[in-house]
This record gives sequence, structure tokens and C-alpha cells, in this order.
Amino acid sequence: MSDVHINIVSKFYPAIERAGQHLAISDLKLTLKSNEFICLLGPSGCGKTTLLNIVAGLDNDYEGEIFAGLKSVLPKIGYIFQNPRLLPWRTVRENIDLVLGAQSSTAVVDSLLEVMQLTHFQHVYPERLSLGMSRRVAIIRAFAVDPDILLMDEPFVSLDAPTARQVRELLLTLWSERPHTVLFVTHDLREAIVLADRLIFLSAAPMSFISEIKVPIARAERHNESAIEAFRWQLLNDYPLIKTLL
Amino acid sequence: MSLLVFIAVWQALAVYFASHTLPTPVIVSTVFWQSCVTGELPFHLGATLLRLVVSFSIAMLLGCALGIVLGRNKKLDAFFDNWLVIFLNVPALVTIILCYVWFGLIESAAILAVVLNKLPNVIVTIREGTRALDQDLLDMAKCYNLSKRDTLVHVIWPQLHPFVMGATRSGLALIWKIILVVELLGRSNGMGYQLHLFFQLFDVASILAYTIAFVAIIQLIELIILKPLDKKSLQWRR
Repeated sequence: MSDVHINIVSKFYPAIERAGQHLAISDLKLTLKSNEFICLLGPSGCGKTTLLNIVAGLDNDYEGEIFAGLKSVLPKIGYIFQNPRLLPWRTVRENIDLVLGAQSSTAVVDSLLEVMQLTHFQHVYPERLSLGMSRRVAIIRAFAVDPDILLMDEPFVSLDAPTARQVRELLLTLWSERPHTVLFVTHDLREAIVLADRLIFLSAAPMSFISEIKVPIARAERHNESAIEAFRWQLLNDYPLIKTLL
Repeated sequence: MSLLVFIAVWQALAVYFASHTLPTPVIVSTVFWQSCVTGELPFHLGATLLRLVVSFSIAMLLGCALGIVLGRNKKLDAFFDNWLVIFLNVPALVTIILCYVWFGLIESAAILAVVLNKLPNVIVTIREGTRALDQDLLDMAKCYNLSKRDTLVHVIWPQLHPFVMGATRSGLALIWKIILVVELLGRSNGMGYQLHLFFQLFDVASILAYTIAFVAIIQLIELIILKPLDKKSLQWRR
């Protein structure tokens, strides 16, 4: 899999009635290395969802370019939205099969369902699932298409702490089995440290790059609460600015 | 039960008034049976049903297609909006007469008149449904590169289903009424033609007998076609 290059010169929201034109993103350049897990951190309303929508090809009204590997090749996207966005009239399995289309592989879907512990729920309609389970289905759907880049927009928000932790651990299990390039948006510094290879801090609107920090904790150590907490304190001490960003 | 009470009241009233214009249920059912045996009622009912199926299918297909297009395309919608309101409000009788005058007293003119009366209704209903589509799900379909066909069949259509069922039910009711007028004015078979004949003969028993056949057909359509459709497409709901 190839590197993904994101270069957004500017993104404006046009003026609507009395609200003037709004500059949402200004001069943002990111290069995501193959299979790298990146967490984006920034104040709420800074345009993180806008950024993900641009990368996903849902918003083409911007100046800049996004490509995977060679120029002008659009990356294949797997998007895990803030709400799961499953089709309520299709079962779990049918939801996953739909995005796979003709290339649907029973074995792949089976193993994804198994890792996410949803094998017994594959023929259930989404309305009967808990929010945590729906999120897991959305994660499977995104991995199933084998994307160049996985976009995750605060996928664990509004889950209670134990459920969020469980889904987070399942995500890491899945990701270590099938590594993909991930762009993960969050407010939660601790969550970001547990998940990411690299943290990227973004400014309030107009959003631009502030700094990036590699997480030095080995993957095997990520379940070690005190190591995570120690690094979080170190970060907050070394960069007091971070507090203002979260 | 309510049916039995209804028949009892009808019988009582008919006996009380003892009038030619209000025959008893017994007389009506005899007439009903006789016209079934002679094949007269099935023939005319069949003619009307055939027109219903043809005009209903055309109106629904065209209406759904145009409704989705107008609901998704603001410019086209603005352009056609006024025309839609006009066609929605032109009296059925006007379209029927104009169709007959322009195209002659032929079958296709009759069908066209029915379709023109029904079409704006379907378009407006489906357009409202299309405007209410969930943008989140459409975005999901787009970023997962679903084909146009898959998006239409699996993402858009299920959301339109309640609107389509609404258009179907109100449409059937409307089309029945219009077809009868169309037949009355310019066809030599069908329920409308027969009712016109009975009116001239003051044959109330036959009119009621045909009405019964008509109500029975409506119930059958609801029971055999519409209810199962509802059930099948709503099974995912809690």
C-alpha cells in the first residue's frame, strides 16, 4: 500500500446570508505513511470533520490535492463516521456485503465478524444492536473494502467508558491483524496515545498544522495504563499549549 | 360484525320505505349473482381493471422517476414546480374532455386522460420523499463508491417506500374514480359505461350490485397485494 498525500491550500465555506465567508482550512499538508496510525487532535469546531470529508471525496469544493502513491490516484476510502450510518433495512451481513459489491468474499467477512465478536449477530437488523455493536459493524465495513486510508471521526464518542475501551481494543486487534493507514480524529488525548503512532495537533479555524509528536510507547505496552498516563503528563508538561487545544 | 349491522340497517330501511330506489340486500345480491352468471359484470369489471392496471403502472413508473429527479435537482424542480401545481389542480373532467376532443374516443386517449390526472400526484409525493432522504446515508454510499444502481435500489428506494405506498393507496382510490368518468364519457364498456346505462334506466339494484363488486375488488387488492408488500418491507422495524 502506498503513502497518502494530503495538501489542502484552502477550504472556504461560502457566505450564507449574514454569516460571511468562512475560511475553514488553510495550508494543511500531511503525508501518511503506509499502515501508519495517525490521530488528529484539535479543538472542536476546528474543521476536522471537514478535513475527513474532503479526504473522503464527499466535499470537492476546496483548493488542493489528495492522492495515494502516484499523483492523481484517489485513495480508496473506508470511513467510520461519528454515527454508524448502517442501512436499517439490511442485516449486519448485508450491510457489509453491500459495500463489497461483486468482490464480496465470504471468508474475509467471516473472519472480520469473528475478530469483532459479531458472528452471532450477522443476520440481525441494526435496530436491534447496541450502539457499541453498531460501531463495530461500521468498523468491519470500513476494513472490509481494504482501503488505502481508513478515516475515523470520533467513532467512540457517546459510548460509556467500558464499552469505548472494549471497542478500542477490538479495533487495535483488527488493525494489528490487517494493518491499514488510519486517520483518526479525537478530542481525547489518552485515547490518542493508546491508538496512534503519531499525534498531529491542529489549530482552531482556520485549521492548520501546529506540531506532531511520535508516540514512543511500544504497541505491546499500550495496555499499560501507567505508561500511557505518564506519557500524557509528560506531553501536557512539555507542551502546555496542548491544554488549550483540547 | 360491522358488516352485519350495516346489512341489517339497510334491510330495515329498504323494507320501511319499500321504494324502487332502495332495493333490499336480497334483491341486490340476486342481481349481482345474475349479472355474474351472464358474464356481463365480469366482462365490464375486467375492462375497467385492465385500464386500471395499465394507467396505474404508467403513472407510478413515470411519477416515481420524475419525482426522484425533481427531488434531487433543485433547478429542474424550480422550473417545473408551477406546472406541477397547475396540473395538480386542473379538474379531472377538463383533461378527460380535452383528451377525447384532441385524440378521439379511443382507448389510448382514455388511458392518457387517467395517467395525466394521476401523474402530478405521484410526482409530488415522491418528490417530498426524495427531499427527505438521509444525506448521511447518501454520503456513506458515495464514499464507499456504491454504483448508481446499488445506491438507488439499496439506499434510496427503501427510504422512499412509505411514500410509494402512500402514492399507491391514494392513487388507486383516485384512479378508480377517474376511470369511471372516462368510461362514462367515451367508452362502450367498463364499469363507468354500465353505471351510466343503469342511471338512465333508474336501475338502482344493478348500480348497487356493481358497487359491491367494486368494493370487493378494492379489498382484495389491499389484502393480497398491498398488505404483504407493507409487511415485507417493514420487517426490519422493531
